[in-house]
Amino acid sequence: MNYTNTLKIALNALRRNKFRAFLTMLGIIIGVASVIAMLAIGQGSKKSIQDEMSSMGTNMIFIMPGADMRGGVRQSASDMQTLKLSDVEAIKEQCSAVSAVSPQVSSSSQAVVGNNNWPTSVYGVDNDYLEIRKYSIETGRNFSDREVKTYAKVCLVGQTVIENLFPNGENPIGQSIRVGTIPLKIIGVLAEKGENGMGQDQDDMIIAPYTTVQKRMLAITYIQSIFASAASEDVNDQAIEQISETLRRTHKLKADDADDFSVRSQAEMVQMFSSVSDMMTMLLGAIAGISLLVGGIGIMNIMYVSVTERTKEIGLRLSVGGRGNDIMMQFLVESILLSVSGGIIGILLGLGSSTAVSALMNWPTVIVPMSVVFAFLVCTVIGVFFGWYPARKAASLNPIDALRYE
Amino acid sequence: MGNKIIQVNELKKNFHVGEITVHALKGIDLEIEEGEFVAIMGTSGSGKSTMLNILGCLDKPSDGIYKLDGISMGDMNKNELAGLRNEKLGFVFQSYNLLPRTTALENVEMPLYYNSRVKAKERRERALAALDAVGLADRMHHMPNQMSGGQQQRVAIARSLVNDPRVILADEATGNLDTRTSYEIMSLFQDLNDQGKTIIFVTHESDIARFMKRNVVFKDGRIVKEEWVKDRFNAKQMLTELPVDQDVI
Repeated sequence: MNYTNTLKIALNALRRNKFRAFLTMLGIIIGVASVIAMLAIGQGSKKSIQDEMSSMGTNMIFIMPGADMRGGVRQSASDMQTLKLSDVEAIKEQCSAVSAVSPQVSSSSQAVVGNNNWPTSVYGVDNDYLEIRKYSIETGRNFSDREVKTYAKVCLVGQTVIENLFPNGENPIGQSIRVGTIPLKIIGVLAEKGENGMGQDQDDMIIAPYTTVQKRMLAITYIQSIFASAASEDVNDQAIEQISETLRRTHKLKADDADDFSVRSQAEMVQMFSSVSDMMTMLLGAIAGISLLVGGIGIMNIMYVSVTERTKEIGLRLSVGGRGNDIMMQFLVESILLSVSGGIIGILLGLGSSTAVSALMNWPTVIVPMSVVFAFLVCTVIGVFFGWYPARKAASLNPIDALRYE
Repeated sequence: MGNKIIQVNELKKNFHVGEITVHALKGIDLEIEEGEFVAIMGTSGSGKSTMLNILGCLDKPSDGIYKLDGISMGDMNKNELAGLRNEKLGFVFQSYNLLPRTTALENVEMPLYYNSRVKAKERRERALAALDAVGLADRMHHMPNQMSGGQQQRVAIARSLVNDPRVILADEATGNLDTRTSYEIMSLFQDLNDQGKTIIFVTHESDIARFMKRNVVFKDGRIVKEEWVKDRFNAKQMLTELPVDQDVI
C-alpha cells in the first residue's frame, strides 16, 4: 500500500465527517492561534518598552540622593540634600568611563506667554544634558557654558509647551516665557520625543541652566539628581562602579556606611521592564500552551471515539485485504492531517489576529518566527502522539469481531 | 472446469472459552471446483460461520489443511492472509457494510486501494465496470442512504467483484431483504455464476439454497448432508411469477 493511497483514504474519511473534523481541529486552531497571538503581543510590548527606553539613552546613568537617617528619622529621597555640585565635578574629573555628566534640579511651575499659560516642569541642567538624555534641538541653539555660569535667563522648550503657549504657530525663538516669576528667553526648541515607557510626555518640559533654576527659582545650593552617560554600553557597569566609588569618597563615607545615594542605569531599567514583560509573555504563552494541549487531547478523544464508531468499517477494510498496518496508518494520517491543518489555520488566524490587534487597538505586536515554527512542530507531534494510541487500537482489531460489531 | 479451487481436509477449529474448549469444527472435508455455486447451510451453532471465516482467510484452522486456489494458508502470517483476501476473495455481507456518506463508486473502489499494483485510473475503470455489471452504473454518485436495500446490496456485490476474485463469499446476503429483492439479488448471483464465478453462499433459508447448484449442510461442526440441487430455482423466472405489488425497487 503506498502513501498516496493512505492519504486519499484518510482524506476521504475526514471528508465524510467535515463538521466533526472541523470541531476537532477547532481546539488546535484556537490553541495555535492564541500561542502565536499571545507571544506576538508579549514580544511587541517588550520591544516597544525597549525601544522607548533606549530612546531615553541606553548609556544613561542617573544618581539620586539615597535614604538617610537624621537623628533616627528616615528622610524621603527627594528631601535629601546630599548631592552637591562638587560631586558632579568629581565625577567629571575622576570617572574615566563617564563621557558626560550633568546635574539636575527641577521645579514645577506655571509657564505663561501672553494670555496662555501651561503647567510644566522646569529642569535646571548643564548643557551636556541634551546629549545624555538624547534630546535634540529642532530650531535655535543649546545654552553655552557662559550662560550657565552667569545664571542666564534662557531656556529650551519642549514641543508640548510650545503647542500650548504658542497655539497660533508663532516663532517662539527669542520670545520671552514667564516661569513662575522669572522671565526666560527661549533660545531653542526641542525636537519631539513622544511618551516614554511609563506614559510620561517627554516633550512637556522647559530646560534651563541649572544655575538659573537653583539660584533664581528654587534658591537652593544642593542638586536633586545627577545624570551621566557612560562612554559606551560596554563600560556601563564600570562607569556605575566608578561613580559609586567617587561619591563614597567625596561624601567621606566609611567602609561600613551605607551609600547615601543610589546609582541606576538605563540598562538596568530596560532589563527590569524586559524581565517583567518576559514574564508576562511566558504567562500568556503558558496559558495558550495549555489550550493547545487541551486541543491535542480533544483530537485523541475524537480519534478514540472514531475508532469505536468505525469498528465495522475497520472490519470491512481488513476483510477486503487491508493490513493492520494500513489501518493504523489511516488513523494516524487522519489525526496528523487534523492537527497539522488545524495548526496551519491556527497560524494564519494567529498572524491575522496579531495584525488586527496592532491595527485596531494600537497594541504593538511582534510576530516571533520561532513561535510559528514551534506551533507547527507541536501540532505535528500532537497529531502523532495523540493519534498513535487510537490508531494502534484500530489496527489490533480482529476482523471477525470487528465485522460482527454492532 | 474441474479445477479444484477450494480443498479442505480434516479441518478442525477449537475455541478456548475459559477452561472449556469448544470444538466448532470437528474434521471437515470439502472440495469446491471452479464455477460452482455452493450453499453452506445450517442452524446457528452448526459451525457454518466458523467455516466461512476460515474459507475467507479471516481465521486460521486449529488443525487440518485448507488450500485456496492451490495455496495452503496454514503457514501464512496476518499480512499474507490480508494479501490473499485482497486478491482472491470477495465478501458480501448481510448488512451490506457500505461506508456511509461515500458514493457507490468510491465504495466499490475501496478494496483496490489496498492493492498497490492498481493505479488510480485503473481503479476507477474497474469500479465502473463492476457497477455496470450489477446494473447500477447510473447510481454511481449516490450515497448508500439514497439507495434501497437491494441497491445497496448490489453495490456491495460490485465491491466484491472489483478485484476479480477467484471466489465470492456471501454471508446471509439476502437476510435483510424482502422476497422480491432477494430474488433479484439471487438472479444477479446466478448471472455471475453463469459467467464462471465461483460462489459460496452461507444461508439458513432452504428456499434460498435452492437457487444454488450444491447444498452442504453443517450440524454440530460436521457436514451432515451434501447434495446436488434437483429442480434448481431460476431467479429470473420466479421474479416473473411473483405477484406484482407496490414494493418495486
